[in-house]
Amino acid sequence: MERAVRTDLPGLKRRRRRPGAALAPYWMILPGWLWLAAFFVTPVIVMVSLSLQTGDFIDGFRQTFHFSTYADVVRTYHVQLVRSLVYGAAATVACALIGYPVAYWIAFRAGRHKSVFLFLLLLPFFVSFVIRTQSWNVVLADNGVLLGPLKDWGLLSADFHLLATPYAVIGGLTYNFLPFMVLPVYVALERVDPKVVEASTDLYASRTGTFLRVVLPLSLPGVFAGVLLTFVPASADYVNAGILGGPSTTMIGNIIQTEYFTNLDYPGAAALSFVLMGALLLAVFTYARALGTDDVLEAAAR
Amino acid sequence: MTTHTVPAAPEAPAAPRPRRARRRPTLSVYTFLVLAWLLLPIAVMVLFGFNDTGSKVNFTWQGFTLNWYRHLFAIPNLTSALVNSLTIALIVAVVATLLGTPIGLALGRYRFRGRGSVDLLMFAAIAAPEIALGAALLSLFIVMGVPRGYWTVVIAHVAFCIPYVAITVRARMAGHDPTLEEAARDLGAGPWTAFRLVTLPMLLPGVASGALLCFALSIDDYVITSFNAGRTVTFPLWVYSASRTGVPPQVNVMGTLIFVGGLLIAGANVLFSRRRAA
Repeated sequence: MERAVRTDLPGLKRRRRRPGAALAPYWMILPGWLWLAAFFVTPVIVMVSLSLQTGDFIDGFRQTFHFSTYADVVRTYHVQLVRSLVYGAAATVACALIGYPVAYWIAFRAGRHKSVFLFLLLLPFFVSFVIRTQSWNVVLADNGVLLGPLKDWGLLSADFHLLATPYAVIGGLTYNFLPFMVLPVYVALERVDPKVVEASTDLYASRTGTFLRVVLPLSLPGVFAGVLLTFVPASADYVNAGILGGPSTTMIGNIIQTEYFTNLDYPGAAALSFVLMGALLLAVFTYARALGTDDVLEAAAR
Repeated sequence: MTTHTVPAAPEAPAAPRPRRARRRPTLSVYTFLVLAWLLLPIAVMVLFGFNDTGSKVNFTWQGFTLNWYRHLFAIPNLTSALVNSLTIALIVAVVATLLGTPIGLALGRYRFRGRGSVDLLMFAAIAAPEIALGAALLSLFIVMGVPRGYWTVVIAHVAFCIPYVAITVRARMAGHDPTLEEAARDLGAGPWTAFRLVTLPMLLPGVASGALLCFALSIDDYVITSFNAGRTVTFPLWVYSASRTGVPPQVNVMGTLIFVGGLLIAGANVLFSRRRAA
């Protein structure tokens, strides 16, 4: 690096690469990379190693490469595992169906006020995730703000409830992750060149035809990015199931937490976490390989 | 139906945006409904901070009071949880910004061997489910016998924040013209001077929003925190455990104050970047 400093002397040609310059990006990346290596990559390796240990909390754990732990936890918790993926998928579909028109409206109809509506969309993020979910608990409570009056007016039977049902959990997930769908879709729609739309109408395509054959295909990368950004966190979430759900809506996140902290079955918990992570990452990477990661990263950066 | 649209056709080429004229109200109404749905829990939070409730069971509206604003810090461990959250978020924002900014800069400015794998690492860290990240770190701390607490939360938060800063800064770099810096170098500025006077000012809004994002992500995080907090309680952890028995009104008041504070900071950030961009 000393040589790099010396070549700054005036008179040296700028166009020539300084010898140290090739190393510059590595020096810039190094500190953060070390942190991620130590606290992201290593932990994942340790988690896998822990999942292949046997023993218990009192006598300690030994590395035994006991692969059947994986089969055991999947057999025991396949219901919650499948449920998590189903809830995650349901919330993702709901987010896409609810969010697409909103993104469309903001991109094409909001005019000068686009940024205002985008800001409104992001407002929930200024409120703690747990408080937001807890607020739904208040809204959906059996005699709460929503169901209470409906029951008083006789529109619902007195024993009707929403909390602890799959609807409440999926609804909570949809609510919490909707902006993650709307933003990337909006970004994609925003990029659609109005000239293309005009060309389509000039060629006598109907409005529906223009939408289905021009706008929608052009916005699909955004939808794909949105699907990733909602499906992964929604399937792995356990706050919604914890606050809005009941015993019959437990998701895999709740199980992992119980395994680590209540049952102290570390290998089982680690195996379950790795199964979840592996399944989701596999899905993500297949998806990203097919469709590119730029949209996801761009959406995440907004 | 088509005959109705025919008279409008001749003037279409003249007007640059004929589409604006025929907006359909359905979609607008729908969008406003969805936005209302998004804002409903916030309204509930703000409203219930003023709820004159007698007990912790805070499910129905009982009347207006400022009591909870007056006794905001009446619950000692809630207060300390909030202080923990705020200080952790501050440390995380500073550390993650210091570590993440150079990564974003390197990714945005240089083509180098291994760039793709750094990109992949960022992507994996963002795409990995939070719970897996939390569980992996917990496994590391368990195996290494590290007691969990305040600093393990900081470590975990910095780890998940770095990629967000890197990506925010990289996005900012994308719009940057590298010839500006070269011009500065041609005018005799050293690499550091060129960076300080040309690149850094241009980058600052990105760095600022990266730092704010970290602060927001950290203060809001429940999942990773719950796995690595040990006996340390943060604001979201306190609220989650209270949600079983009933959330006291002070939580809504604190949530409202954080909300308003966040809005003010975001507003300041917008003004700041506007001024920079101008």
